Amino acid sequence: MRRYVIKRLAQAVGVLWAAYTVSFLVLDYLPGDPVTAMASAGMDSGQVDPQQIAALRHEYGFDKPVLVQYAEYLGRAVRGDFGDSVSTGRAVTSTLADALPQTLQLTGTALLLAVLLGGGLAVVATYTTQRWLRQLLLSLPPLGVSVPTFWVGLLLVELFSFRLHWFPAFGNDGLRGLVLPALTLAVPTGAQVAQVLAKSLLTALDQAYIETARAKGADRWRVHLRHALRNASLPALTVVGLLVGQLIAGSVVVETVFSRDGLGRVTAAAVTAQDIPLVQGVVVFGALIFVTTNLVVDLVYPLLDPRIVVASNGRAALA
Amino acid sequence: MSQSLVDDTALGLARPVDTAPGPEPRSRGDVRRLLRFLARRPGLLLSVVVLVLVVLASFWPGLFTSQDPLKGVPAQNFRGPSAHHWFGTDELGRDVFSRVVHGAQLSLKATLIAVLVAFVVGGLLGVVAGFVGRWVDDVLMRFVDVLLSIPALFMSLALVTALGYGTVKVAVAVGIASVASFARVARAEVLRVRQAVFVEASRASGARWYSVLGRHVLPNAAGPVIVLATLDFGSSILAVSALSFLGYGAPPPAPEWGTLISDGRNYLANAWWLTALPGLAIAATVLATNRIARALDGEWSRQP
Repeated sequence: MRRYVIKRLAQAVGVLWAAYTVSFLVLDYLPGDPVTAMASAGMDSGQVDPQQIAALRHEYGFDKPVLVQYAEYLGRAVRGDFGDSVSTGRAVTSTLADALPQTLQLTGTALLLAVLLGGGLAVVATYTTQRWLRQLLLSLPPLGVSVPTFWVGLLLVELFSFRLHWFPAFGNDGLRGLVLPALTLAVPTGAQVAQVLAKSLLTALDQAYIETARAKGADRWRVHLRHALRNASLPALTVVGLLVGQLIAGSVVVETVFSRDGLGRVTAAAVTAQDIPLVQGVVVFGALIFVTTNLVVDLVYPLLDPRIVVASNGRAALA
Repeated sequence: MSQSLVDDTALGLARPVDTAPGPEPRSRGDVRRLLRFLARRPGLLLSVVVLVLVVLASFWPGLFTSQDPLKGVPAQNFRGPSAHHWFGTDELGRDVFSRVVHGAQLSLKATLIAVLVAFVVGGLLGVVAGFVGRWVDDVLMRFVDVLLSIPALFMSLALVTALGYGTVKVAVAVGIASVASFARVARAEVLRVRQAVFVEASRASGARWYSVLGRHVLPNAAGPVIVLATLDFGSSILAVSALSFLGYGAPPPAPEWGTLISDGRNYLANAWWLTALPGLAIAATVLATNRIARALDGEWSRQP
């Protein structure tokens, strides 16, 4: 088990390093001349002072060879220093840290809603014997993944803020302000949870142990929840890593729609201002979230499913 | 922003070689079979109709509307949907239906570029990894894993930051962000086909590697990758429109679908049609392509 944990940790660090490298290639290498881009960002035309460019170039180390730049940047990034934001001058790390709590609140609520609504839908759709209800419920997830998130958000604002005046249309204030954005963000995620869970529930319901439980006289609802759902929710757990990354990225659109402060709006502003250090910080942070969630899922999985044993070669396998 | 979960079983990767999706209908019997297939699935038929309409609109917008998408009549601004203006008019008195129809071209072009980039780059990575194998496979697939670890929207945003704004740049950014899933599916397919008996036979009879690849492996591995391309079409429409909603697409007054909604956002309280109806066009198109992808993914070959 210990070897498995260490190996997974090393893998996670490797992926993070590679993700940093990709972001370096895309953001610092691809634009050709990031300094001109940075200096001219926010200005009307090519009116950039050459001296200013030279100073910036030196400050960011762009006058050195690419590999030296990369090594220096990586060395600083390992210590949590992603440089200073070009547009505000504040350190990237503290800018992100300040924006994060709002976004975690939003994505956490959205994840909860997605699991409850999507999971509930899958359970009811596979439980019901009413054909029309099943058909109706199962037609919702494909709809949920097909609608643009920003459109759903705007429709909710239109209906619940401007017509019914139930919830505020924008801002960060309190629980009431959280309802609509979280619901918006939960739609595509919940739809995916429902799709995955419904599929694995149907597979689980076909298994022999379900028949055994029924034969022993357990009532249908109990079989459905205690036996089928418990086993079916494990495969669904593996997509959580993917969904958490999506939720964090989805906050860019949702926070823009609802004018909420947070990581997403910082990102949108950074892209608009071509604030390369800040965008890079966001990309690496996204990868960090993805890698961490997957690491946790992988480590928890063997504990939840005793059939998964960790073989001596450090790989998890089905016994 | 890949909205649809691409898990391997959904794409029919477990399918044995000989039941790959059937060839395109050629003879009259096949046409009749296709018509019967569609008639039994009204939702699919509707999806095909929607998609045909969208494609027609992007090539010949004049078929649907004779009004100028850019010319406004200020006296007629903020008119609700009516017989004359199906989707109403915006703040400058421009006909919104005409803007949606003319916007189809921009949005569809961007989507096609995105899917093409993902298909070509991802497919190439996957085919090389699967066909060459050994350390090349290891290196390429580790790279793909890394791409997967960065959320797609963040990847697109980083590329937009590096490349700049505009429809084509946004399209390329969206395409690159979904390279990884194409590479995975293409590699899995090539690996599967490579082990088939007919590939072994053609190797044994002395065929060169490129003829084995071109004649046997690629045609048989293409099916699931094409299904993925159809699925990716839907999610690319969403991703492209999200980026143009955020303001990184074509500059105004170009009527890109995402831009239309972001413009309408300012008048949400008094003109719901400015956001609701263009959004409906996006949702209908995505829904239609996703439904068609599901039909291509085995439903056609599984029928009796």
